[in-house]
Amino acid sequence: MFVRGLKRKCFDGEEDIEGTLAGIKAIPSYNLQRQSLLDMSLVKLQLCHMLVEPNLCRSVLIANTVRQIQEEMTQDGTWQMINTQSTGQTSLDRLVSTDILCRSSREQAEGKQVPGYSSFNKDFEDDQTQDSSETMSTSSSVQTPRNLQSNVWEMENPQESRGNFQKSLDQIFETLENKNPNSVEDLFSEVDNSYYDLDTMLTGMMSNTKMGHCDGLETFSSPTTATSNSNCKSDLNELDHIVEILVES
Amino acid sequence: MGVAGGGGNDFQWCFSQVKGAIDEDVAEADIISTVEFNYSGDLLATGDKGGRVVIFQREQENKSRPHSRGEYNVYSTFQSHEPEFDYLKSLEIEEKINKIRWLPQQNAAHFLLSTNDKTIKLWKISERDKRAEGYNLKDEDGRLRDPFRITALRVPILKPMDLMVEASPRRIFANAHTYHINSISVNSDHETYLSADDLRINLWHLEITDRSFNIVDIKPANMEELTEVITAAEFHPHHCNVFVYSSSKGTIRLCDMRSSALCDRHSKFFEEPEDPSSRSFFSEIISSISDVKFSHSGRYMMTRDYLSVKVWDLNMENRPVETYQVHEYLRSKLCSLYENDCIFDKFECCWNGSDSAIMTGSYNNFFRMFDRNTRRDITLEASRESSKPRAILKPRKVCTGGKRKKDEISVDSLDFNKKILHTAWHPMENIIAVAATNNLYIFQDKIN
Repeated sequence: MFVRGLKRKCFDGEEDIEGTLAGIKAIPSYNLQRQSLLDMSLVKLQLCHMLVEPNLCRSVLIANTVRQIQEEMTQDGTWQMINTQSTGQTSLDRLVSTDILCRSSREQAEGKQVPGYSSFNKDFEDDQTQDSSETMSTSSSVQTPRNLQSNVWEMENPQESRGNFQKSLDQIFETLENKNPNSVEDLFSEVDNSYYDLDTMLTGMMSNTKMGHCDGLETFSSPTTATSNSNCKSDLNELDHIVEILVES
Repeated sequence: MGVAGGGGNDFQWCFSQVKGAIDEDVAEADIISTVEFNYSGDLLATGDKGGRVVIFQREQENKSRPHSRGEYNVYSTFQSHEPEFDYLKSLEIEEKINKIRWLPQQNAAHFLLSTNDKTIKLWKISERDKRAEGYNLKDEDGRLRDPFRITALRVPILKPMDLMVEASPRRIFANAHTYHINSISVNSDHETYLSADDLRINLWHLEITDRSFNIVDIKPANMEELTEVITAAEFHPHHCNVFVYSSSKGTIRLCDMRSSALCDRHSKFFEEPEDPSSRSFFSEIISSISDVKFSHSGRYMMTRDYLSVKVWDLNMENRPVETYQVHEYLRSKLCSLYENDCIFDKFECCWNGSDSAIMTGSYNNFFRMFDRNTRRDITLEASRESSKPRAILKPRKVCTGGKRKKDEISVDSLDFNKKILHTAWHPMENIIAVAATNNLYIFQDKIN
């Protein structure tokens, strides 16, 4: 369970990444695990967006969870700090309506080492070039974290996903509600076959019913050990590896 | 320990029958998706993911052995729904039967409503055990006789034949739901019924298929603002103007159709205040109500959320009168259950005939029963191992921590693929039907 009463360092907006990292390292468990939950939720939303007709109830519940995390991250400053670093624009007005990776893979299709869940999207529309160019600039900085400890990886992760939080939630629901035949892009968009393979792999990962993948996230009241944390991290690294294959193909 | 069914005497549950294939490889289409007794309990209907309906009928009791109860045997099997393709949206519509609801019997035939995600069908199940012989105008094999050859008149005679049970679709209620239908409920007036999807509830007349009335619509003008969906709905068993619907946020709204045509404003709003000490990121998900059922008396209703079952008094909106923990040991595992999507499993619940006991399913093919009077509960398992005729079911226990006792099972050993989502209780007797993936188990009490 997530315990919200944990004492945390107050993150100042002007702190640079390294300073923030030090702050995060001081309480690794809560923020990282919250981040893992956020990443997991985003993947789920993205995956369910790939299904023929996703379960609306499930999508709404996951989206609400993401919004909840986002709000909490706003409150403790993590969100704001990340946001100002990733894109030039302040997106405070975006916070209420959760912006989720949805059809935003066009932005990240250009990004090389972009953490993942974006390349699955069918709709490669080419608007929002402004966002994509900004993402490009940050993606280069993402290349280095690969070699750093996974703390940094997960730090960069939200950076990317924050950038993608530009999309609004309605995109998901609109697509869920009705695949509008009038939108020509929908009808004739190319389906990227590579993501079917990803789907199989990720579904296999995600539908693993064995417990223990997220042991670290349950025992939340006390700081978790490195081993339990690594379970979550290893999943994310696996995901990262899969994306690497996709992006390079 | 047993659960009293109204007589007040303790008894024990025994295995009676199991239906379905034994082998480990379960075909997806054979997974049972709904179970429902009819009003008399003589018929038991199941629907599966392949769109089929199988109806079992209880055999007449053998008079020479008054203590043996009738067995349920296959009465009728038919394909209710076929997979469809929505060409406009480029989407496949699953044939999975989401719900079956029986109509009260009014003549020799039986009627039931079955629904998939988009279409509801009214089926008539009728028996034919006689046929007429000796027609004047046609031969026995059906060929028309030459009129000039007919020299005498005879009266056709009814002769017995092997029982044939026919199922025919009498009404098809289609094209009224944009979203997936999760509930249907027959009204106490026996003329109307409701169907509910994620965002809307429609009212139908059983005779009219080309239109329905929308009575609840919670779709926001801007879908971006969507944060809550309808998860279940049911008519009150006695008041034909009252129905309830539950939401993904753990709330129940009771509506009165007399107040306005569109029941967007509820008459009563049931919600339990959240316990701030147990709040987590999963709080909302586990509060989502997966099933709502009125008691037979109509005074109470029961809701099922992920970890508990709650009984509500319709006269008290601010909290339930009873709360039963189904598998509280899962609370510390919510993250894993979120990861493997088990947290989204929709468990159903049911009352016994006298409303003194309630039942719901869990994982590892366990199901739980709660006696509302004695406050005792029991965990039983639907498994082939305990499937000897009239074998008494042994209570099961999940070890939550510390030293595991003999016969206990630890939380980490539970099989989350074996989930019991659908159960049904005979309306009058202590007979229960439990759907475990592709198998249907029937259990009865030892004493009649």
